[in-house]
Amino acid sequence: MPTIVVEVMPKAELLDPQGKAVAGALSRQGRSEITGVRVGKRFEIEVAGPADDAILAEVAALADELLANLVIEDVISVHFAGADGFGLDAAADFASGNVTTDTSFDEASTPEAQAEIREGLS
Amino acid sequence: MGVASGAPRVGVVTFPGSLDDRDAARAVRLVGATAVPLWHGTHDLEGVDAIILPGGFSYGDYLRAGAIASLSPIMAEVVTAAEAGMPVLGICNGFQMLTEAHLLPGGLIRNDHGNFICRDQRLRVENTSTAWTSGYAAAARDRAALAGTGDGPGGSGAAGGPGASGTAGRSGTASATGDFASSAASGAPEITIPLKNGEGGYIASAETIARLEGEGLVAFRYLDVNPNGSMNDIAGVTNARGNVVGLMPHPEHAVEPGFGPDTALAMRSGIDGLPLFASLLASLLPA
Repeated sequence: MPTIVVEVMPKAELLDPQGKAVAGALSRQGRSEITGVRVGKRFEIEVAGPADDAILAEVAALADELLANLVIEDVISVHFAGADGFGLDAAADFASGNVTTDTSFDEASTPEAQAEIREGLS
Repeated sequence: MGVASGAPRVGVVTFPGSLDDRDAARAVRLVGATAVPLWHGTHDLEGVDAIILPGGFSYGDYLRAGAIASLSPIMAEVVTAAEAGMPVLGICNGFQMLTEAHLLPGGLIRNDHGNFICRDQRLRVENTSTAWTSGYAAAARDRAALAGTGDGPGGSGAAGGPGASGTAGRSGTASATGDFASSAASGAPEITIPLKNGEGGYIASAETIARLEGEGLVAFRYLDVNPNGSMNDIAGVTNARGNVVGLMPHPEHAVEPGFGPDTALAMRSGIDGLPLFASLLASLLPA
C-alpha cells in the first residue's frame, strides 16, 4: 500500500508566526547560528492501489484543494514516501520498487490545478 | 429577499467545537427575529431567511481554522444559498469558514505576535451598505438627529487613523448605551465590540487587497491598534453583493446592557453589536 507525502509551507512572502516563535526560542538557547525557522506541514497519505502517476496527480489535486489553502500556503512537494527516504512505508516501498523519483507533480501540473491556484490568488 | 409574513428566520449553524452559537441565536432574538438552530451534519437549511456561522474552534482548528467545517454537509447548502443572495454572516471561526469556502476572499493566519488575544476592540464600520451593516448608517442618522450637532463622546476617536498606535482610544472613546461614536472626519460609525482569537491575521494577495480597498469591500477596520497583524487593519470584509460578510470580532457579545464592553457611561453597557443584527432585519423585511 503506497504512501504519498504532501508537504505544505506558509507562503514565503507571508509572516510565519510559528516559525518566528521557534526561532526566538532557539536564539534564547544561545543558538546564534540559527537565523530563521519556518514551520510547515507534512501529510502522509495512504492509498489503495498501484503507486502510479495517476494517483500522484489525484493527491496533488487534493493537496491544492484541501490540504493547503493556496491563499496562505504553498504545496511544496507531492511524492511517494521513499522517494526521499522518509515516511511510514519508505522501507517497504523501496523493497517492492514502489518508489518514484518523478517530482513533476510537485508543481500543479494539471490545467485544473493551475486554474485553481490562479483563482485562489485572485 | 423579502419575507412574506412573520418574523424573519435566521439559522445559526452549530459545528463540533462551535462556542458562540447560542450567543448568536440570542442576538438574533433580541432584534425580534426567530433563531433557528441548524446542524452541520445535515443538508437542511429548514427554510431560513439568513444564516450565521458562529465563532468557536470547529474541529479543534485542525488542518486550518475553519477548513474542515467548510466541508461540512450543510456548508454545501450555505454556499448555494449565499450565491443565490441569502444573507450569510461569519463571526470569527465563521469568518475563517467563509474564506475556506471561497465565499470571501483572503485568509486568516495565526496572530503575528503568536498570542491569543481577548480585548474590547474599537472598529470603524467602513461599509454600511451590506445586509449586515446598514443598521449602523441608520443608527448614526438617528443619533445625529438626536444630538443635533452630533459632537458626541467619540469625536476624539477620529484623531487616530487606521493603524495608528497608542492608547488614547482604549477607554476614553467608548460609546454610550445604544449609541455609538462616529468619526468626525468621515462620518463612518465607530464601534467597540469584543475580539478574541488566536488566528485572526487577515491576509490576501496584493491584487485582492487592492480590489477590496478599491471596491469598498472592507466592511470593518481595526482602530487604535492592529491586534493581530491583519493587512490594512482589516477586521472584516464583504462580498461585492453585500450579502456575505465575515469579521473576526464578536458583535454577538455586545448586544445586551450588562454583558457588553465597558463604556464611558457604565461598566459592560456596550451594545454596539446590536445594529449589525438589526441591519439584517431591515434587509429581510419588505420596505
